[in-house]
Amino acid sequence: MDAKLSDGERHRSASPGSGLRERPGRKLIEALDLAIGYDGRPVLSEVRFEAWYGSRIGLLGPNGGGKTTLFRALLGELKPLSGSLTVEGASATVPQSDRSRLDYPVTCLDVATMGALARLRWWQRPTRGDRAKAAEALGTVGMGDRADDSFGDLSGGQRQRVLIARALTAEADLLLLDEPYTGLDSKSAKRLDRLIEELAGDGRTVMIATHDVEQAQGWDRVLCLNRTQIAFGPPDDVLDRKVLEATYGGHIVEIPGEPGHGVLPPHHHDHEDPVHRDPAHGELP
Amino acid sequence: MIDAIFEPLSYGITLRALAEITLIGIVSGAIGCWIVLYELSYSAESLAHGLFPGLVAAALIGAPLLLGGAVGILIAAILVVVAGRMAGESPDTAIAVVITSLFGAGVLMALSPDSPAGLQGLLFGDLLGTTVTDILVAAVIGSAVLVALWLLHERLLAVGFDPGSGPALGVPVGVLNLILLGLVATTILVAVQGLGNLLVAAILVGPAAAARLLTRRVWPMMLAAGAVAVTAGVAGIYASYYLKTAAGASVVIALVLCYLLAAAAAQLRDRTAAVRH
Repeated sequence: MDAKLSDGERHRSASPGSGLRERPGRKLIEALDLAIGYDGRPVLSEVRFEAWYGSRIGLLGPNGGGKTTLFRALLGELKPLSGSLTVEGASATVPQSDRSRLDYPVTCLDVATMGALARLRWWQRPTRGDRAKAAEALGTVGMGDRADDSFGDLSGGQRQRVLIARALTAEADLLLLDEPYTGLDSKSAKRLDRLIEELAGDGRTVMIATHDVEQAQGWDRVLCLNRTQIAFGPPDDVLDRKVLEATYGGHIVEIPGEPGHGVLPPHHHDHEDPVHRDPAHGELP
Repeated sequence: MIDAIFEPLSYGITLRALAEITLIGIVSGAIGCWIVLYELSYSAESLAHGLFPGLVAAALIGAPLLLGGAVGILIAAILVVVAGRMAGESPDTAIAVVITSLFGAGVLMALSPDSPAGLQGLLFGDLLGTTVTDILVAAVIGSAVLVALWLLHERLLAVGFDPGSGPALGVPVGVLNLILLGLVATTILVAVQGLGNLLVAAILVGPAAAARLLTRRVWPMMLAAGAVAVTAGVAGIYASYYLKTAAGASVVIALVLCYLLAAAAAQLRDRTAAVRH
């Protein structure tokens, strides 16, 4: 699925000064003065950023700041109201695993195989080859030995990895992870970190919507959104108090002893507590 | 004992009823699984009741019931959509108002002095009145529904699991839901002749609900639902032969018993599993 949403002329701009030079890849996403929204009213505007194959991009912003809207545009579900958005490849979404139906009668392999539909015409059904590809994707995310288990029997972190496998079966170049750390214990969170790194190492671009500024500091780029684009760039250059206050509306808690970077938004949640669920997280604007 | 099994089979009436309920059972079992997984039980029952005036009108003017039912179901669907938009009511309320109005209109027509005998067959079904043509029609339409379900299987599975990912997977969710409702309506048209307006929902929902308690994958669920529907259907017809009860109602009672058995079996399984842990 080649989601070309560009309704304006495509520009070629020079690569930015820092950060991704160690991965000289092709450009995957280009957003130019992008505005997106519903019924002609923009929810998110003035978005300008570029992303390369093989990068990890943290998407920071408050609930209702436009993260989900940007995801929907990157998936091709929303057309730009103005400006342009070009995605040079297939994108796939990895929804929050605590929203999936646990009583649904499917195996992990069934779920991973669903990704193949993205590559098939409407009358085509997934073949044995597609199932083999799905099994391979399960192996990639470390769930190869659980292929025949019921999806509903897995833990949150495991379900998440199966949903990532579904995106891999779709042969997506761009993976959109919606609040993937919500509800994970610290072990699962570390495992997800490694997996995201591996995916990027294989040349896939992973975009991660998160409330966790600390987490985002380890990635290649951060994109801060609060109805408009507040900042985009390498986390070390971008994440300062001013940007975070503009992103989260000024309610910032400073962590003692880590001036400059140790700034957390009020939504930060505790990775040690797998039961904790904040219902307000990741809601659609 | 053997005689008890073979005696009813010497009558054409029972043979045809058995053939009809077997066909209805297989198709209902399969599509019933999607009705249960997509939580469409209320819609299915509403569609069944909403087509009643269509059936009555067809019976009054002597048109084929299938045609009357099809027109009735289309009108019901359109009215539900219009009512939902106009009144600003919740979909539930709109459906309830429209469907009860339609059903009332059907009853009024059915109770008019000109109405021919046998209209109660429209309400409670007329399995023992099944003709060879009915069986052929059920076989052709039922096969078409099964082929459509087979073709759409993976997409129905994916969208039922995670509707939000439909667009990213290239599956138009709205269109798929419409097609599924259309297939449900088509199945109702066939099944309503055997089980009638008031009882048809039982064979659409009951077997699949029972199968869901006993299985953990969709294909086995469909096989189990079909088996439950056919077993209950055959048992109901034998019961009606020996106990002189109404065929359709006997089938429904058998379906309910099957569901209760499945629920008990599932309870027992979960308890033994809990004990082992």
